[in-house]
Amino acid sequence: MDDKMEAEKKEQDVYILAIESSCDETAAAVVKNGREVLSNVISSQIALHTLFGGVVPEIASRKHIEKINQVIQEALDEADMTLDEMTAVGVTYGPGLVGALLVGVSAAKAIAYAKKLPLIGVHHIEGHVSANFIENKELEPPFLCLIVSGGHTHLVKMKDYGEFEIIGRTRDDAAGEAFDKVARAIGLGYPGGPKIDKAAREGNPHAMEFPRAKIEGAPYDFSFSGLKSAVLNYLNHEKMRGEEVSRNDLAASFQNAVVESLVSRTILAAREFNIRDVVIAGGVASNSALRAAMKVACEKEGFRFYYPSPALCTDNAAMIGAAAYYEYQKGTRSGWDLNAVPNLKLGER
Amino acid sequence: MKILGIESASLTASAAVWEDERLTAEYTVDFKKTHSQTLLPMIDEIVRMTETDLETIDAIAVSGGPGSFTGLRIGSATAKGLGLALDKPLIHVPTLDAMAYQHFGTDRLICPIMDARRGQVYCGLYEFHSEFQVLKPQAAMDLKELLEEINEKKRPVVFLGDGVPVGRAVIEERTRVPFVFAPSFSCRQRAGAVAALGAEYLKAGRTEQAGDYAPEYLRVSQAEREMLERKKRAEGPAKETIS
Repeated sequence: MDDKMEAEKKEQDVYILAIESSCDETAAAVVKNGREVLSNVISSQIALHTLFGGVVPEIASRKHIEKINQVIQEALDEADMTLDEMTAVGVTYGPGLVGALLVGVSAAKAIAYAKKLPLIGVHHIEGHVSANFIENKELEPPFLCLIVSGGHTHLVKMKDYGEFEIIGRTRDDAAGEAFDKVARAIGLGYPGGPKIDKAAREGNPHAMEFPRAKIEGAPYDFSFSGLKSAVLNYLNHEKMRGEEVSRNDLAASFQNAVVESLVSRTILAAREFNIRDVVIAGGVASNSALRAAMKVACEKEGFRFYYPSPALCTDNAAMIGAAAYYEYQKGTRSGWDLNAVPNLKLGER
Repeated sequence: MKILGIESASLTASAAVWEDERLTAEYTVDFKKTHSQTLLPMIDEIVRMTETDLETIDAIAVSGGPGSFTGLRIGSATAKGLGLALDKPLIHVPTLDAMAYQHFGTDRLICPIMDARRGQVYCGLYEFHSEFQVLKPQAAMDLKELLEEINEKKRPVVFLGDGVPVGRAVIEERTRVPFVFAPSFSCRQRAGAVAALGAEYLKAGRTEQAGDYAPEYLRVSQAEREMLERKKRAEGPAKETIS
């Protein structure tokens, strides 16, 4: 391709058909130029998995197979576009449940192949971070991002699009995992995050004092298993004493401990690395207490604080389309042998 | 009439192009379960070799299970994606039917067996002397029960499938009718057979929209099974009958 053609091509709009099926949501979206969402369709299986108290991988995978074409077609219809108008296909290839990932990956590969479109494998967590580009048009790297979800708790410096430096991470449970486990213990059920958030609004966050773990020599790392155990021990102890525990107070106090850990390390890192843009991403980023506390802390420090609306915090394909766009611009292309990588690490390809 | 055949239900990954009563290409690998990496490149290879324009195919025939859940998902999602992009219908070909379809001309009963784990096999009974006939639709069952059914038919039988090496000793011990094992070239899944049997289905109008397609697992998930068992236990001990 000569320079002129290359330049012309660069000026054209880029439409990404994005597909996401890493856990229990079958999702597809059409995203224009990485920031404009033309459609964002999500078929949730939460009701189905609630019967089992959590996501059942085999059931999730089977549901994805049933829904995948309808969801993709709906995304195209809502965007009022056809596959022929797409520039590329982006798909989550990890991390996640292998059977669930395989449905999206196999379908995306087949569609890209049949339509002779470039294929771009996207890291699910990079997708979560990229969700922030959709609603914050002015946001550009570098920035500091706290990624908090059921599987991840990472503090990363996003140096450029698709370029991450991990500054801190959890040593044990992810924040979202701790939410789920505590929610189960106090009988709130699945999914734990939103349920604890709701209960905590009616509770006193200082009713009980739970530990905030600090890791020696790793000021930006997290640990939530000790906190989780402290909550469970407290529950058992009160039960043996025959005391009634206020579920709302417990939820609020637990949540407060998690939020404090998350916010304090994020602010510490932003100061240390002299980054003035702070971003949160992932399912737990929709937690109202975390958003409120981070907002206050950032305002105090004079940092700009960005966060996606709740619908873009949970799994969706629009965020995958946003991430795929920047990968597309960098020239990233996946082959027809693209595989699902269930334990894909952040920063890995 | 042009059909793309896809088979990934078990250890075998296979793709085929079938055109007007002729199998123009077939690519079969019975090696490792890396279907998610190999299946689409295999399809690409035979499509290019036969200079097939995918837009000109009439339908995609896919081995519809039973089999490895993961394998079925890869084949199903691939077929569904192709069907969506090309706007072509899918043909659901039962995996064991396609396996049996390789044995044209035999007087024997045809019995494909796949290892279903947990002490069971996926199996079916077929006849293909002149016309292909399903005598017993594919099901998951105990191998010993299957062999009793076969014994009652009092007809010679040919066994095939990846369930044969696993159940060979039981088959040899319990089969009371004359039996043989199919040779290596016709004892596993093949996309050529899926496409050829798919062509017969297509002629009979047995296709479906790609969006509606789902494989036939013949088994619920472990979580559902355990939930059913818990329910049963909660409803009190089942009345045991002495047989």
